Amino acid sequence: MRKYFPFRIGGLSLLIDRKATAVTASLFIVFLVVIVLSVGIGDLFIAPLEVLKSLFGAGSDMHNLVVRSFRLPRILLAALAGMALAVAGAILQGIVRNPLASPDIIGITGGASVAAVTFLAIFSTNDNALSVSIRWLPLAAFAGALVTGLLVYALSQKKGTSRMRLVLIGIGLAAGLQALTNFMIILGPVYLATRATIWMTGSVHGATWEQVVMLVIWFIVFFIITVVLARRLNVQELGPAVATSVGSRVNRDRNLLLILSTALTGGAVAFAGGVGFVGLMAPHMARRLVGSAYGGLIPVSALLGGIIVMAADLAGRTLFLPLEVPVGVFTSAIGAPYFIYLLYKSRNQ
Amino acid sequence: MGVLEAQSLSVAYGERTVLDGLNLEVPKGKITVFIGRNGCGKSTLLSTFARMLKPSSGTVYLNGEKIAMGRTKKIARELAVLPQGPTAPEGLTVLQLVKQGRYPYQSWLRQWSEEDEACVLRALEVTGMEALADRPVEDLSGGQRQRAWVAMVLAQNTETILLDEPTTYLDLSHQVEILDLLFDLNQTEGRTIVMVLHDLNLACRYADHIVAIHNKSVYAEGAPEDIMTESMVKEVYGMDAKITADPMFGTPMCIPHGKGRVLHAKEKFAVFS
Amino acid sequence: MHGALRTNWTKIIGMMVFGFLMIVGFLSSIVFGLTDIDLQMVMDAYTHFDGTNEQIIIREARVPRALIATAVGASLAISGVLMQGLTRNPLASPNILGINAGASFFIVVAVTFFGVVSLTAFTWLAFLGAALAACIVYFLGSVGPQALTPVKLTLAGAAMAALFTSLTQGMLALNEKALEAVLFWLVGSVQGRDLDILTAVLPYLAAGWICAVVISSKMNALALGENVAKGLGQNTWLIKGVAGLVVVLLAGGSVAVAGPIGFIGIVIPHFAKWLVGQDFRWLIPYSALLGAILLLAADIGARYVIMPSEVPVGIMTAVIGTPFFIYIARKGDFST
Repeated sequence: MRKYFPFRIGGLSLLIDRKATAVTASLFIVFLVVIVLSVGIGDLFIAPLEVLKSLFGAGSDMHNLVVRSFRLPRILLAALAGMALAVAGAILQGIVRNPLASPDIIGITGGASVAAVTFLAIFSTNDNALSVSIRWLPLAAFAGALVTGLLVYALSQKKGTSRMRLVLIGIGLAAGLQALTNFMIILGPVYLATRATIWMTGSVHGATWEQVVMLVIWFIVFFIITVVLARRLNVQELGPAVATSVGSRVNRDRNLLLILSTALTGGAVAFAGGVGFVGLMAPHMARRLVGSAYGGLIPVSALLGGIIVMAADLAGRTLFLPLEVPVGVFTSAIGAPYFIYLLYKSRNQ
Repeated sequence: MGVLEAQSLSVAYGERTVLDGLNLEVPKGKITVFIGRNGCGKSTLLSTFARMLKPSSGTVYLNGEKIAMGRTKKIARELAVLPQGPTAPEGLTVLQLVKQGRYPYQSWLRQWSEEDEACVLRALEVTGMEALADRPVEDLSGGQRQRAWVAMVLAQNTETILLDEPTTYLDLSHQVEILDLLFDLNQTEGRTIVMVLHDLNLACRYADHIVAIHNKSVYAEGAPEDIMTESMVKEVYGMDAKITADPMFGTPMCIPHGKGRVLHAKEKFAVFS
Repeated sequence: MHGALRTNWTKIIGMMVFGFLMIVGFLSSIVFGLTDIDLQMVMDAYTHFDGTNEQIIIREARVPRALIATAVGASLAISGVLMQGLTRNPLASPNILGINAGASFFIVVAVTFFGVVSLTAFTWLAFLGAALAACIVYFLGSVGPQALTPVKLTLAGAAMAALFTSLTQGMLALNEKALEAVLFWLVGSVQGRDLDILTAVLPYLAAGWICAVVISSKMNALALGENVAKGLGQNTWLIKGVAGLVVVLLAGGSVAVAGPIGFIGIVIPHFAKWLVGQDFRWLIPYSALLGAILLLAADIGARYVIMPSEVPVGIMTAVIGTPFFIYIARKGDFST
């Protein structure tokens, strides 16, 4: 019991895992350091101390402008998208009880893609402009994610939600949606195709404060709900029989959690596009660090997800100058070998 | 009145009826064992008692109340279930697993009360898992793993415990270890234990009450010494057998007929002489 | 498991019926479309060639297209049947397990970075990509004492597909010109393909067809599980190796010709199984015929949906295939 200490005040009581607490705290520091560093690195290098000054508005005008208007919103959007995807992945892995599940694999991201591409196709005018504001794109993407999430969920109903069926139907839908997305792309002009492809790969290029604020609110609301429901996720992971036995309403909780996961994914892809593999990698790495109990797993996943996407974006905008590589390419490039390793391990179980 | 009671219970999987109009009372404070052929519905009955399956008709009562009407958390404080072959997520430690048994007592604010702590520690102590509390469940041996799960069920602190084949995949020594543990719980704390077992001889040794399921219903029930007869085994298992007394415990022992080597009297293996 | 056709005689008759249907489909594919053509004109185009527009369309567009649809449909269906047998997974097929995506990825890399346009290179790259994806999934899914469960394998394949797809998209996002060049191909279509592409790949496809027929009786034992097949004295490594190679040849070759066309590899094997039961000696020829018929029909349909434009046939098969896939997934009994 040395690894834990109880915390009790009045009606409130918690068992605190020392290791998880320490890991969360250290990752939070790393998270902040990564923010400062990536704000500083770019065409114009700004030393970390200057970055801090500018963050509080005390730097030179030039630095203030670069930091506060250009880099910071982008970096925060990357971090938020990573965090949301990571938490969504952690939830989904708990429901499905399989470390290989993630929102992009069961079609939720695919649904967002179809909606985004359809949006671009419908509202594109002949002179390569959009007839409505691009601000509505996130809404379309989010709607697509939500509809797909609900569809996957509805189709996998048959005397309750089966996790196996959920995964298989998600995969089938994802494949179908992929074809539909391609179709929408070839219907439109090439300009649209490029734009849609960048969106599908995932990119935080041209992020605005407005987007950051919207995603922050969205993320915080659902993150808090997730933390509140962490206990239910813990029992979900023991399987439906045990979960019922200890008094959890398995189906209701599963549906609730699925909606949470979809909402988080929808928010992330709405602003950052289909950034792949984060929802798979981050929760799994977190599991390595703090084990499977969700109290520690959720914050650690979120921090890792944010760090991964920020680092990938940093690499994407600095390594191949003058080319700017979409952030999703890097997350996939790191995610792929990681995933193969996971698969290799899972076959020996 | 029994702890658990089934009244004209029918359960079906789609078109296939598994249990049909079954009536049964599980006696309080006793060890009850369900026996029967593969696929006879004994696990189905256990799962229906555990409210994991909904009956197509009929009612299950827990302590006199309809189980379908009760709040699931309230039921979870009276009835704990260990399903067959449960799996824990990777990296979950024994303590974290056993803690989940406290779920029905917890709320978002109250996640680790002193009572929770006391129950978990006691469950670990009774099952002899204290030393392994911080080990991941997947690193344990089969017997230890099953003990960890039993500890989780104990932490739930219920009067009644249902177990679906708690000894499958365990070697003989671990089978006896788990059954001894359950027997002690029954003897010292008076908990009601209901389980499905495949081994008839172990069932007869540990059970106060045996329920033989056959033809979608209860074929026979009662103390092992009363109901373990050659005709019952013939009827339920479709097999000829000789029932004799266990030379150590005196409980019924079932020796199936069949082929095999026969040693003559003078070469008989001298164990009990 | 018995199929709807029980005796050998009904199976032979069934095969003749489907063979006939395939020929009807083939001819319809030449005749129907935006330009009206009748069978006489088709005959004339080859016997009395006079260079009219219709005749050129027949020789340069319709006939190659029908041939490609037939060959690709049959190949994808056979590779699906073999994959389902090898992995003992009813949901296995080249597009679900990422083999199509692997082949596409390699071709896009070649076009984007090396400006490859040669047909031979295309073909070999498609084989290479298909082989890589197949090897990973196959290694993870069927070699060794504990094979992956169907769900795990499907997840593994889906993740491979997601991986290759996102890398492909990433490359295309950076290179507009390459995107323009490969986009139509990437959707999966049998339209506007040169007959040369087919002739370049045909030897490999034909080798795949023949091998599939040769190993069909061995597949029956393998479908009972690797250990059972071994116990029956089969050299499972050899059979699995050959079957794997056939999958790569057929799926890779199909992608090289027509791009990633999905769902034929999953729909057809199930239909064939329903007809003739779990016997690979019948399943393989039936799948080949049915696959060809389905792709021919889907391709004809693709011409009429948004006339005068065309829908790529890959979309048509996805529209037919996705509900079917969901049906199969729902049919499975999952208690958890």
